[in-house]
Amino acid sequence: MEYRITHRTTYDYSEPVTVSHHAARLQPRTTDTQQPRNFALNIAPVPALRRQRVDYLGNQVCSFSIQENHRRFEVTATSIVAVANERPQSLALTPEWEGVVERFRDPVSPNDVAAYEFCLNSPLLYAAPEFADYARASFTRGTQLLAGARDLMKRLHNDFIYDPRATTVATPLTEVWEKRRGVCQDFAHLGIACLRSLGLPARYVSGYLRTLPPQGHERLIGSDASHAWFSVFCPQTGWVDFDPTNNILPANEHITVALGRDFSDVSPLSGVLTGGGEHTVDVAVDVEPLS
Amino acid sequence: MPITKTIASTASHSDVYTPKSGVPWDEYLDASGNVRRHFAGLARDLHDLPPGELKRRAETARRIVDEQGITYNVYGDPRGMERPWQLDPIPFLIAPAEWASLETAITQRAELLDHILADCYGPQDLIRSAWLPPALVFAQSDFLQPAHGIRPAGGRHLNFYAADLARSPDCQWWVLGDRTAIPTGAGYALANRLITSRVLPEPFRGCRVQRQAGFFRELQNSLSALAPHPVGDPRVVLLTPGPFNETYFEQSWLARYLGYTMVQGEDLTVRDDRVFLKTLSGLEPVDVILRRVDDDFCDPLELRNDSMLGVPGLVGAVRAGNVALANALGTGLLQSPAFMAFLPGLCQHLLGEELRMPSVATWWCGQKSAEKYALENLAELNVRPAFRTRPEPALSPDEMRARIRFQPHLWTAQERVALSTAPSWNGSALVPQPIVLRVYVVATPNGYRVMPGGLTRVAPDGDVRLISMQHGGASKDTWVLSDAPVEEVTLLQSPSRAIELRRVGNNLPSRLADNFFWLGRYAERADATARLLRSTLLRFNPESAGSAMPLLTPLLRAMELQGQLLPEWLTHNAEALEADLMGAIFDPTRACSLRNLADRLEHLAMLVRDRTSNDVWRVLSQLDECLTLPGEGRMLLAGEAIAVLNRLLMLTASLSGFSRENMTRAQGWRFLDMGLRIERSLYLCNFLDCALRSPGADNPSLLEAVLEFTDCTLTYRSRYNLLPDITAVFDLILLDDTNPRSLLFQLLQLVKHFERLPREKQSALPSPGHRLLIECVTRVRLLDPRELTGLIGGWHAGQTGAVLRDLLRDLPLLSDAIAASYFTHSSISRAD
Repeated sequence: MEYRITHRTTYDYSEPVTVSHHAARLQPRTTDTQQPRNFALNIAPVPALRRQRVDYLGNQVCSFSIQENHRRFEVTATSIVAVANERPQSLALTPEWEGVVERFRDPVSPNDVAAYEFCLNSPLLYAAPEFADYARASFTRGTQLLAGARDLMKRLHNDFIYDPRATTVATPLTEVWEKRRGVCQDFAHLGIACLRSLGLPARYVSGYLRTLPPQGHERLIGSDASHAWFSVFCPQTGWVDFDPTNNILPANEHITVALGRDFSDVSPLSGVLTGGGEHTVDVAVDVEPLS
Repeated sequence: MPITKTIASTASHSDVYTPKSGVPWDEYLDASGNVRRHFAGLARDLHDLPPGELKRRAETARRIVDEQGITYNVYGDPRGMERPWQLDPIPFLIAPAEWASLETAITQRAELLDHILADCYGPQDLIRSAWLPPALVFAQSDFLQPAHGIRPAGGRHLNFYAADLARSPDCQWWVLGDRTAIPTGAGYALANRLITSRVLPEPFRGCRVQRQAGFFRELQNSLSALAPHPVGDPRVVLLTPGPFNETYFEQSWLARYLGYTMVQGEDLTVRDDRVFLKTLSGLEPVDVILRRVDDDFCDPLELRNDSMLGVPGLVGAVRAGNVALANALGTGLLQSPAFMAFLPGLCQHLLGEELRMPSVATWWCGQKSAEKYALENLAELNVRPAFRTRPEPALSPDEMRARIRFQPHLWTAQERVALSTAPSWNGSALVPQPIVLRVYVVATPNGYRVMPGGLTRVAPDGDVRLISMQHGGASKDTWVLSDAPVEEVTLLQSPSRAIELRRVGNNLPSRLADNFFWLGRYAERADATARLLRSTLLRFNPESAGSAMPLLTPLLRAMELQGQLLPEWLTHNAEALEADLMGAIFDPTRACSLRNLADRLEHLAMLVRDRTSNDVWRVLSQLDECLTLPGEGRMLLAGEAIAVLNRLLMLTASLSGFSRENMTRAQGWRFLDMGLRIERSLYLCNFLDCALRSPGADNPSLLEAVLEFTDCTLTYRSRYNLLPDITAVFDLILLDDTNPRSLLFQLLQLVKHFERLPREKQSALPSPGHRLLIECVTRVRLLDPRELTGLIGGWHAGQTGAVLRDLLRDLPLLSDAIAASYFTHSSISRAD
């Protein structure tokens, strides 16, 4: 499948902004199953300074500064991405989860260090006994890793309510846990915190969903904005994605933009500005199949 | 407990100094009770002091601390944050040979830590080759991913480093802790030296104490050398988290000593990946930042986004190589005690040498064997979080076991340390107290250099965990002795370099101009308020109510409008009014009381701490003292209050004397004086307006009060030699431009200042503020006070009253216009 993705973010400020500094993580990554063909980032007003770099986790970051007075700021990312059509493999033939936990106990083999970084607490997420207890219902003795992760995804989907008004980007995990509601970011965070509390490596994926489903399919939640899900590391297989918001295994309708320990590593667009007063944001995402 | 047989000052100090039993190492006496050789000079000098002299000198030391305002801040202290610095006047001495070996060990350690940092923020070979467990680095919030891959200016991550050392019973020195993020206390060490050398000049001269100034010169040179772009005279700033930080005093002291501008995050801005200082004349490039802001707070864009202390875009500027940070970002990583468990192996691996000074025995529970050992020996060990976390309430042993088992890598265990003891002054005698020595290291182009000396801290209860400024406890000067005579070093530039003469200092940051302006306004407000209160109390008749004293009405009404009195004063009886007047002096909760003004003055002076002289501090501390009520519940008599006001007026007069005589006519002074002139004009207009509204406006007694408030009584008498006349009084106070207390004089001074402001000079037309000021001056100049003679009973209805009211409306606008042109450091916000 090939997709054209348009992601437009517009800020309107009540007072002029004199200087602003931003970082955008909007450029889709190259992965085993996806190949970006084209990418353009348009910024208005035109930044005085624009720099591109690859961050610690391999994401493309564009940093830019706008140094002229402005009341409106708009960023449009346009990408064309080819996504492999293969279906996810069988989840049954994976190692038992206890063995994976053992593998990520000190001393960890140098070959596993990259994945091990995702076992540890991160800026927004920490392991806790209550998360481990919740996860253990999916990871009973001898459960195969990915089968357990799939069950955890399903339970999160059933036990938590999708509610865009319940949380913001800044809502801490404890609050999500108590309220039992949230958005895709919170569902992904819950999954990661549960897995890490057992000692398993798990990471955060930010990306997109196809906007209009193929005929006869239901439209997925999160298709009109940026989306997020989690990924589990499985020895031999590598990282395997799970979308707890929709309770599906991402295949050719999910496009990966960036990877991180949690949302704070992959925020699509962040900024610090001088002036500006109150602001309103409008985000529009369109993911359209080309073939 | 020490056994003190007799009062120390009447006998030899070492006769009564008895080391605690069970502590085998005492720094002063050896096992057989003889004074150790390197302490002998000091012991002899102390012994030679006349009886009572040491006590007197200790008190002098204390007074110097108070007068210089040497403080540290204690978070969450209900008594107010600032605490006077606790200095124990008895120095700690180190013999030359011993120091040489400490020096070698500490430079080796600095070198080692720098190598580890270079690897963690670079290739990470140590992790891949299993020399360092990955969780030790990656599980720490102090490992800053955005700092990975940034090459530090000058090639070193660790520019400035401190280590806490202790001596164990077998005479061996151990490292208790590494301070790699922001090594604090070097400024306090300087202050300790200054005071100790002054109160104990005899031993200081006799003991050949190595000087510290050379170290700070190397620090200056090394920081200048970090400037990424070669410039003649690189601009180095000290980035402070602000006056609420624990060591704010020290930061201002260091900034002044090293000659650096002290800035807060909001004083800096990043444009085109370069850092600039916002000054009155515009943006000026910054080359090097000595940071006292925590690593993760330095840039809200790339690091903690809730930080209000950092500079947005700073990491980008550092990455682009346009500014140098000392220390580099992310150095806090090695402050984790868990690293100590791995240093011996790493030292062999990286430097090919034995680690010269051991660290206190440390187990990182991330390793299975260490976890097991810690769990089995929980009671005997000092178990604490391995990485920086938020403070938490103490855990029970069972809770701690559960926490360690759940995430063992977040915990370390350390052996408890028996500290050596050294003599301390307890107020009447020398007693042995446990000590910890903090030593400081700076990276120079020729390797690491150790400051000869350091901050020796005294543990009040012998518990090493209590050695922290947050827990109180004293510190002492550290004398590193020399075999050879010591050289004098000064921080001033050597004469070999031709000096460029300057008539102006470095450009003033806008925020400081703002603070000076308000310092001027509040100082004058305190002065004017004290005058009004004094005039009122002098005329106050305890027998009659406020409304029955027509002559007092204008004075009371003026104070009501200024917020010193509550509007109810009119209905008060004499007793309640008197209480209300006392409140206007002493009540800290009343918005414009003198007490409240003194607090605001002190806070503002704190914000310009690196630019205010010690004399100013002395005055402010006396101001504070004279406004402190004598005792709980005791009523102050009106007469006593007048004495307080007289003293206070002396103090405000000396404040304005210092600003007039001791400050160069640079921008800081200009804004201070502008604030003062605007405030004086406002108070004058307000009081004169109230006076004109009084039915007795031409009553000579009221006019006397007007002259008294404006300090013009003598001038008036020398000119007119008769009872005050309303026209003559108003002419003298409004229009006489030779009278430094007149309204016109204030306005003309403001005009002079305006003409010299940086941006006014460049523009052809006057700015909005300047325009407003010219209008005010013209209105006042055109007044004819002779009209007052004909306005009997309706004085305020004439031209004079109208002009006063116009000024009361326009002067606040003028103040706002100055703020808008010069002080806007527009608020920074975040959009995600």
